[in-house]
Formats: sequence, C-alpha cells, structure tokens
Amino acid sequence: MPLDHLHALEAEAIQIIREVVAEFERPVMLYSIGKDSSVLLRLAQKALYPGPIPFPLLHVDTTYKFREMIEFRDSYTAGIGARLIVHTNAGAIADGTQPFLVGTQRCCGLLKTRALLDALDAGGFDAAFGGARRDEERSRAKERIFSLRDARGQWDPKRQRPELWHLLNGRLRPGETIRVFPLSNWTELDVWHYIDAERIPVVPLYFAKEREVIVRGDALIALEQGFVPLLPGERPERVMCRMRSLGCSPCTGAVRSTADTVPRIIEELIAARHSERQLRIIDHDLDGSMELKKREGYF
Amino acid sequence: MATLLRLCTAGSVDDGKSTLIGRLLYDAQAVYEDQVRSVTRASRNRTAGPIDFSLFTDGLKAEREQCITIDVAYRYFATARRKFILADTPGHEQYTRNMATGASTANLAILLVDARHGLRPQSRRHAQIARLLGISSFVVAINKMDLVDFDRGVFDRIREEFADCLHGATLQPIPLSALHGDNVTAPSDRTPWYDGPTLVEYLETIDVDRRSATEAFRFPVQLVLRPSHDFRGYAGQILAGTVRVGERVTVWPSGHETTVQRIVTWDGDLDVASAPQSVTLVLADQLDVSRGDVLAVGAPHVASRFEAQIVWMDERPLDTSRVYLLKQTGRTVTAEIDRGLALNEIGAVVVTTARPIVFDSYARHHGTGAFIVIDPASSFTAGAGMIVQPARELVGAMDRPGAAERLAHVARTAATDTDAVTAVRQALEEILI
Repeated sequence: MPLDHLHALEAEAIQIIREVVAEFERPVMLYSIGKDSSVLLRLAQKALYPGPIPFPLLHVDTTYKFREMIEFRDSYTAGIGARLIVHTNAGAIADGTQPFLVGTQRCCGLLKTRALLDALDAGGFDAAFGGARRDEERSRAKERIFSLRDARGQWDPKRQRPELWHLLNGRLRPGETIRVFPLSNWTELDVWHYIDAERIPVVPLYFAKEREVIVRGDALIALEQGFVPLLPGERPERVMCRMRSLGCSPCTGAVRSTADTVPRIIEELIAARHSERQLRIIDHDLDGSMELKKREGYF
Repeated sequence: MATLLRLCTAGSVDDGKSTLIGRLLYDAQAVYEDQVRSVTRASRNRTAGPIDFSLFTDGLKAEREQCITIDVAYRYFATARRKFILADTPGHEQYTRNMATGASTANLAILLVDARHGLRPQSRRHAQIARLLGISSFVVAINKMDLVDFDRGVFDRIREEFADCLHGATLQPIPLSALHGDNVTAPSDRTPWYDGPTLVEYLETIDVDRRSATEAFRFPVQLVLRPSHDFRGYAGQILAGTVRVGERVTVWPSGHETTVQRIVTWDGDLDVASAPQSVTLVLADQLDVSRGDVLAVGAPHVASRFEAQIVWMDERPLDTSRVYLLKQTGRTVTAEIDRGLALNEIGAVVVTTARPIVFDSYARHHGTGAFIVIDPASSFTAGAGMIVQPARELVGAMDRPGAAERLAHVARTAATDTDAVTAVRQALEEILI
C-alpha cells in the first residue's frame, strides 16, 4: 500500500535532515517560532531519534516579535532540551531602527537579513536549515532543497545547481554555505494537517480570539509596539481574529477568523481564497521583492 | 487517504505550457485571489488575454520581463483525490538539463504540443529524455485545439505520431485548449468526438508504478546513530522493498550477513517498513557498517567499473582527463569517465571509480542506479548518470568457460560468509586478469 502524502513528505524531509547531519561540520536550524519551524523541529527530532538534536537552533530576534512568540520560544525549546541561540542586531536597534522610521525594506534588511548573516558568520555555520516552502511565493518555487549561498550569504538564481533524485550536492567552496529547506515540497495545508496529525504545539496567536487591533483597509494591525502610528480616525478595536503567518507585530496583519482549533484552521484554509503572505506587508514593497531579499541573503 | 503523484511537464517554446499549468492551478484553486490580482495587474503590460496564466508560474523577474521560463519551478495543487507535485521545466535551450531534473523525481510526464505544429524534433527529444529517466506514463496534451477548429483529424494524426515515438509506454492523448479550459478540468462540448478523460480526471485516477515496496530490499546507510553506549542504529531511507524484524539482510560491499533486530522510529518500533519510509535499523551483530554501505536482500552489484548513460549539465564539457566526484546513495568517490560530453549532451559512457560502489541497474532500482557527477573545482553538479550494468569486460569475463562454476565452487567451500567474499573476490581478480 502506498504511503499517504503526509508520510511521503515526512520521509523525504527526514532524509534531507540526515543528509545534512552526515555531510556538514556545523549545521544550525533557523527557528522563527512559526508553524513551519515547529514542524521542522519535530522532523529533526524524528530524523535523529533516539539521539538528541545535535545542532543548535538560531532565532534572529528583531525585538518586534509578538510577546506570545517569545514566551512560546523559550518554554518550548527548553521543554524539548534544544540548544537555542538568540541573535539581535543590537547596533541597529540602538540606532532606533523601526519600520515606520526607516521603511520596511531597510528595517528587514538590518534586523533580519544583516542579523542573520552576522549570526551565521559568528557561529561559523556551514549549513542552515530553514522552514521555507516553495508554495509560499513565486520566486521560492525555483529554490533548491540545498540552496547555495556565496561568501556574503547571497543567492544567485542563475547559478543554482541542478538537483536530481534524492542526491543532494553538499560540496562547498571556501566561504560558501548552504541553506537547507526540508519542507520545500510541503504546502501550507500539508503543514497544518501534519500539526494536527502529530499534535505539534504552536504559538496561540494562530488561534482565533478577541484581540485589540486597529483596522486599516483589509489589514488588522496589533498594537504591541508603541511606535505604530494611528492614522486620523483610527482607534483600537476588539476584533475576533487570528494570525495566518507570524512575523514582527507592526508588519504582520491578523485575519478575521473564528478558527480556534487546528481542525477549524484547516477547514478555514480549504475555504480560503487569500494567500498566506498577503498579510505580510513586507513582501509587497515592490514587484519581485522576495527575490531581491533572497539575493541579498534572506532565507 | 490522498496519495501523491509527482509529474513533470515538457513542451517546446510557445506550446502554452505555462498557460496550461496556470490553468491547472487556477482551476484547482491552488492560486489565491491576491495572486490573481497581482497577476491581472501585471498582465496589462503584456498581450495574453484577460488573465495571463503564465504569470502564476514564471517566478523570477528576468523571466517575467523576457516572457520565458529559466529554471525548473515546482508547483503544488490538490484535488479531493490526490496531491500533485509538478515540476515545470522550460522548453528552450537549457531544456535537456532541466527536463532531466524534473523527470528524475516524476512518475508521469505531460508532453505538450501545439496542435498546429504536431510532433516536432524537440518534442521527440523531450520524450526520449523522459524515457531515459525511467518515466513510462505519458499524457500527450494536444494544445491550442481552438486554433485548428477542434479538428479530429489533427488530433488523430498527432496521437499516432506520438504512439510511434513512445513505443512501449502508457500513453493518454487529450485534446485541449489551455487558454479556454477545454478538457482541462471539465469536458469540452467543442470536442464531441473525444470520449476520453479530462486532464485532471486522468491525473487523479492513473495508477502509476507503485512496485517499489514489492521489490528487493535496498537501504543505503545515511547516518550511524550512536546516542549512547548501548545503542547503535543505522539511519536511512528505504529506497526499494520491504524489511521485517527478524529478517536476514546482507551488508554491502562487505557481504556480511546479519539479522534486523529492531526497526526504530520516533513514533515507536515497527515490525515492518517499506519504501519510501525513513527509519533506523538495529542489527543483531556487531558489524563495521558505515555511511554509504547498503543493507540489502539479494545481491546488488559491487564494482568500480560500470556502463552508464550520462546527461551533461555543465557549460564546461566533460573532460576524460579530469577526475570527478561521483555521488551515489550516500557514497562519494572519485571517478573517471571515458568519453567527453558537451552541455545538454547525453551519452553512453564507462565510469571507473577509485573505490567500488554498490549499485543496481537504474532500470531495476532508480535509488541505487542513479548518480550525480560533481566538478571538484567548481563543486557544480555537472552530470546526472544512470547505471546500465557493470562494465562489459566484467560481464564478458563471467562468460568465459568455467568462470561461474569456479566462483560457485570457491563460495561453496568457504567456511564462513566472510571467507567466501574474500575468496570470490580473489578468484574474480584472477579471472579478469
């Protein structure tokens, strides 16, 4: 009997994780606290069982993440005995970097991309797992499972290595590193089905409840950071909503929803007609902005 | 339970492949409203009808600007019956490399042709590459039927051309208009003479080759897990066949036999596991097993010279005087290749590796018969190879009078398995010299 598609995806992801552990000196897992990271972490546990996860987790903290994310991060990673590295571009924060002051592109560039590259450099990591999926965004659809980055962490879509069968080429030249995407072939719906089947804990922000937000066009914006400016006529309101995707609170919109359990989220997604990254304000700066960020070193 | 179908698409430039895929995604609702909006906005710059479906798939800025597809893109969609992973491969000059990449993981290929042009040399080439990579199920999507007035004669002629070209494969020709949606998800009333399935109906129901679980067991060791002194497990993915607790397996290349004691997973021990599961095996005997060794039932080939088909994917041609790296299962060895090949060329070669590798013919087991060639200077994945058989001189030597009998005798009279392996190896060397 053939495996159902979730088990086939699981077996493939485990194969990828093991290949990295076998071939690289210093792997690290980028841990963004979101649902994809939670799945990735579970797959790492499965891949290396009965041993512990042999590599550290790295969280690039912009300091603007939702409070509930940070609480979840600390309790969950401690609970499973993982080693967690938290890195912040402290210099940029000291300079007052925030999206409304410097713009979302520059803010992401400094607090996410720059911070990530510095942290990878400081740790001497040669391979970094990420939870990115090819179905998220159209330039990601061209991404490899082993994504080669040059000495400056940058992606060149025209210099990608062909990837055939399950034979992953992990050979690097001096200074080069790879990003590894074991969830490449998963969709958003696969991730939720897996979370449901495996009972994987996720940040409560994914579940609908009444939250204090401001309503701005289609977006619901949380007011965790004092610097989020109110436009004329805007007032905080209590709205039943949830997060479809987690990021920095000023730049991640919530969606109106009553889905307060994983099966209800799945039901909602099946009915959904809006793609998940739409409410990540940062991708909309300009046409092809994800591609530009990836070229600069974002994962 | 939804199963997974992996497919790839191929077609010449302008056959409307991106449009077909965009249509599949749109009809399967795998494209969301905001993507439709952003594409409708961009469509105004181009001339492709109200919604330009190809904009859903062309991911890179250069592609959107030049209206071409540069690289393999992966797409995901689902129907109530099945999940699909689709490798979209470009139809222009780099197509051999990209087509081989897309086909390497696919169970089925959609060959797209323009009804006005029929089977062109490039379509023939695509079909050959897909066959070389082991695909045996094809959909011949005869597109742009609206431009030939849905003429049945045109459809029949192209269908027959493909039947000749893909002799021995499973073939489903379907008359389509990707732009207008005829026979994509819903049957078209403009092709009353066609009573076959729509494209989506066919993809949902086709029974692709699922033999891998019933084949001989093949398990390359990826990683040795030793979390404590009392646990030693071999982690890997089952590439073919099934394994049970208590079963006798052989470790190759050493030839040692042992018994599977446990099949360990995070979700608990299993009694039985099949391809393509990723598991960890604990063996009854303390053996020296490391990454790259293969646990098997039955005997794979162990040799350092073999015949193969190689697809060359690097701009720098294959150079017979250079030493390359060859990665096959979990083993990377140095290798020399006896014949030069240029970019996108496919050729039959003889490969000589510095150390013996454990393999099957690609036709028998894709997992143990496939390899990649890595350029040690650039680290680029320069070639993709499919093993045909051990080199002919080895096969030839076995045909010499008395050779097989001699080996059988040597093996039979050995005291232990280990002795037998050593003795057979020695005898083989003598026969070959």
